[in-house]
Amino acid sequence: MNSELGSTLKRPKRPDKSNHKMESLMGGRRENEKLPFWRRYIFSQDHKVIGIQYGITGLCFLLFGFTLMMLMRWQLAYPGKPLPLIGQFFPETAMISGIMLPEFYNQLGAMHGTIMVFLGVVPLAVGGFGNYFLPLQVGAPDMAFPKLNMVSYWFYFVGGVVMIASFFVPGGAAQSGWTSYPPLADIAPTGQTLWLVGMAFLINSSLLGSLNFIVTTVQLRTEGMSFFRLPFFVWAQFVTAFLLLLAFPPLMAAAVLQLMDRLAHTSFFMPSGLVVAGKVLEASGGGNPLLWQHLFWFLAHPEVYVLILPAMGIVAEIITCNTRKPIYGYKALVYSALFIGFMSFLVWAHHMYLTGMGTKMSAFFQITTMIISIPSVIVLTTMVLTLWGGSIRFNTPMLFAIAFLPMFGIGGLTGLPLGLAAADIHLHDTYYVIGHFHYVVAPGTIFALFAGIYHWFPKITGRRMSETLGKIHFWSSLAFINGIFMPMFLQGLAGVSRRLFDPTQYAHALSTQPLNVFISICAWLLGLAQIPFILNFFGSLFWGRRTGQNPWEATTLEWAAPSPPPHGNFPKPVRVYRGPYEYSAPGRKKDFWPQNALEAD
Amino acid sequence: MSTAVIPYISESHPVTGVTNSKLGTWCFLASEVMLFGGLFSAYVLLRTGTLEWPHGKELLNVPLATVNTLVLITSSVTMVMSWASLVMKSLSRYRFFMGLTILLGLAFLVVKAFEYGHKFQHHLFPSTGTFYAVYFTLTGLHGLHVLGGILVNLYFLVPGSRLWRTNPEQFTGRIECAGLYWHFVDLVWIFLFPVLYLL
Repeated sequence: MNSELGSTLKRPKRPDKSNHKMESLMGGRRENEKLPFWRRYIFSQDHKVIGIQYGITGLCFLLFGFTLMMLMRWQLAYPGKPLPLIGQFFPETAMISGIMLPEFYNQLGAMHGTIMVFLGVVPLAVGGFGNYFLPLQVGAPDMAFPKLNMVSYWFYFVGGVVMIASFFVPGGAAQSGWTSYPPLADIAPTGQTLWLVGMAFLINSSLLGSLNFIVTTVQLRTEGMSFFRLPFFVWAQFVTAFLLLLAFPPLMAAAVLQLMDRLAHTSFFMPSGLVVAGKVLEASGGGNPLLWQHLFWFLAHPEVYVLILPAMGIVAEIITCNTRKPIYGYKALVYSALFIGFMSFLVWAHHMYLTGMGTKMSAFFQITTMIISIPSVIVLTTMVLTLWGGSIRFNTPMLFAIAFLPMFGIGGLTGLPLGLAAADIHLHDTYYVIGHFHYVVAPGTIFALFAGIYHWFPKITGRRMSETLGKIHFWSSLAFINGIFMPMFLQGLAGVSRRLFDPTQYAHALSTQPLNVFISICAWLLGLAQIPFILNFFGSLFWGRRTGQNPWEATTLEWAAPSPPPHGNFPKPVRVYRGPYEYSAPGRKKDFWPQNALEAD
Repeated sequence: MSTAVIPYISESHPVTGVTNSKLGTWCFLASEVMLFGGLFSAYVLLRTGTLEWPHGKELLNVPLATVNTLVLITSSVTMVMSWASLVMKSLSRYRFFMGLTILLGLAFLVVKAFEYGHKFQHHLFPSTGTFYAVYFTLTGLHGLHVLGGILVNLYFLVPGSRLWRTNPEQFTGRIECAGLYWHFVDLVWIFLFPVLYLL
């Protein structure tokens, strides 16, 4: 850090812009310098440092979860063939001379889902972007409870460590799918217990985070920032926080019951007379495996909207900024988000049509599922209509944001047949389902997250990311990600089950085996396509073009703070005079009118 | 300090009428309602799914649980008294009532421990059957909540009360929030008692 200071001194012309990098990345200045290093950057209570911690950890987990999938894709493309180059480095319990064992494949599958959802996307979207930008956008000096915010990150971190540690216990990590359905999960090896313990940490982490978000939004909005002047990003995070607050506890209840089943040998989820490997299991019985599914999906369906709402918030910010137009139908967007939040608690059993829960239940959940698609379509429509007649700037964040629209559209529309019990009977648990929800989450949410990184990188670091590398990253990712998920619809329609260790096992699946090879190659190429992003990310920290306070000429409050914002965010309190998206207001010289600008400015 | 100046820590927000901590506590309790709501739903589903379900009053010690109910309700009253003492600016009365709340909480746990011990002596464990599984899990989780409440109250009785000298308003607010939580734990028991012991 001293050498950084030295380089600052050699450039006296721009003293205000050239803080040393570590400081500028973490957003700390003057007041913070009194604190020791570990209080500033490790056990920090500054929402911006915590946001960066969440973001970086989340990105690492995304890469890790994707790596697990790239291993699985070898087995799916070339079943029973030894994995070249790296196969020999795996222990006997995972691969025998490079040939993957079914147990290890199951572990990879279960942990890919768990890591991507609970340790990758949500921490990055909510913990990362939410923590960093929600207080800035409402004009607050920090989160309402900075200490709880810090504890929230460290719970998340411990949860992640427990999840990774579970790979190294006897029997390996959890292998009953990310849904951990009993009775299979009740009798699985030790890794499942660690999965439950890890989930307990993650649930408590999201509880602390979500109540912080709610209190900050309600209590700490700056003067003039009424609810209907909040940027849509804040609304999306606010609704998400309610989902996290109220939907996660039933999973906690389910985790407690499954832990009791595994450790105290109760039978909450164990039916009487269960036969495993030809022997009747010794258990008191009388439990109900469907109970787990109800409790699990009561969380996991709102969780889908936890994944998508923050992404919609990010995309709305970027689209309106880069079309230089106010967003089309701001109130429609807000009411849609609120309605999605409410309805998401009433659709969970559409994951359970095949469990024999009865036609009356199915009918109810079909209706609610069709109803919840309406606000989602409204959100998508308002964003598409925002593009209409705009003079669009096609920079990297905007490309990712525009790509989100059709990708999320495909994901959403392919979900409709799954929401109808009759069609679901054929499609349930096939690759069609995998294609459907990955279109929502991967080229949907993760593209939106990339858009957010490119858009807000200048605010966080004071430097821009490279447009050239960004465009290489975007176009290659877009091509390969569609190459992965589009063929899965065909496989699913052909009846290929998900979670198959050996896809050549069944005759009806053989016809789609060439597609598996194609998908796998696309998946590995998608991995390569992330290299420009990684280079761009780290390179731009040091060599990116310096930017001022408001490089995109945007209107919301985070751009009224210096880049990077100092401790306490705003040098003096900001006051808000107008709505969030006053672009191209008639009769004004500039095409943007910041929320905090006076009439005369 | 590293924390920036955050408004509405000790004084209420003019529009919402609450402090940050109070709103946060209500959010936390909403989440807790969903946790116990999930467990009670599990109980309903398991009970309606079986042909016969034992009556709690034949298997569990109802008189002991009645005493425990009274103990917990009394502790809620003393908790309110301790907060009211702070509103009336008397730290010594606060100490008395807070100490009483903690003792009553401990008494509840001791009685519960005797109940558990009695069951274990007769070789009745969570693994014995679904009724006992529900009984031990729900009362066990409630017991952990009581224990958590006692620890928080102990903190506010001794080291936490130093805040009274520098910021009495904020300290009173904290005791109010601790009280909200304590009443919630009491309320859970008010549901658990009839559901497990009487029905």
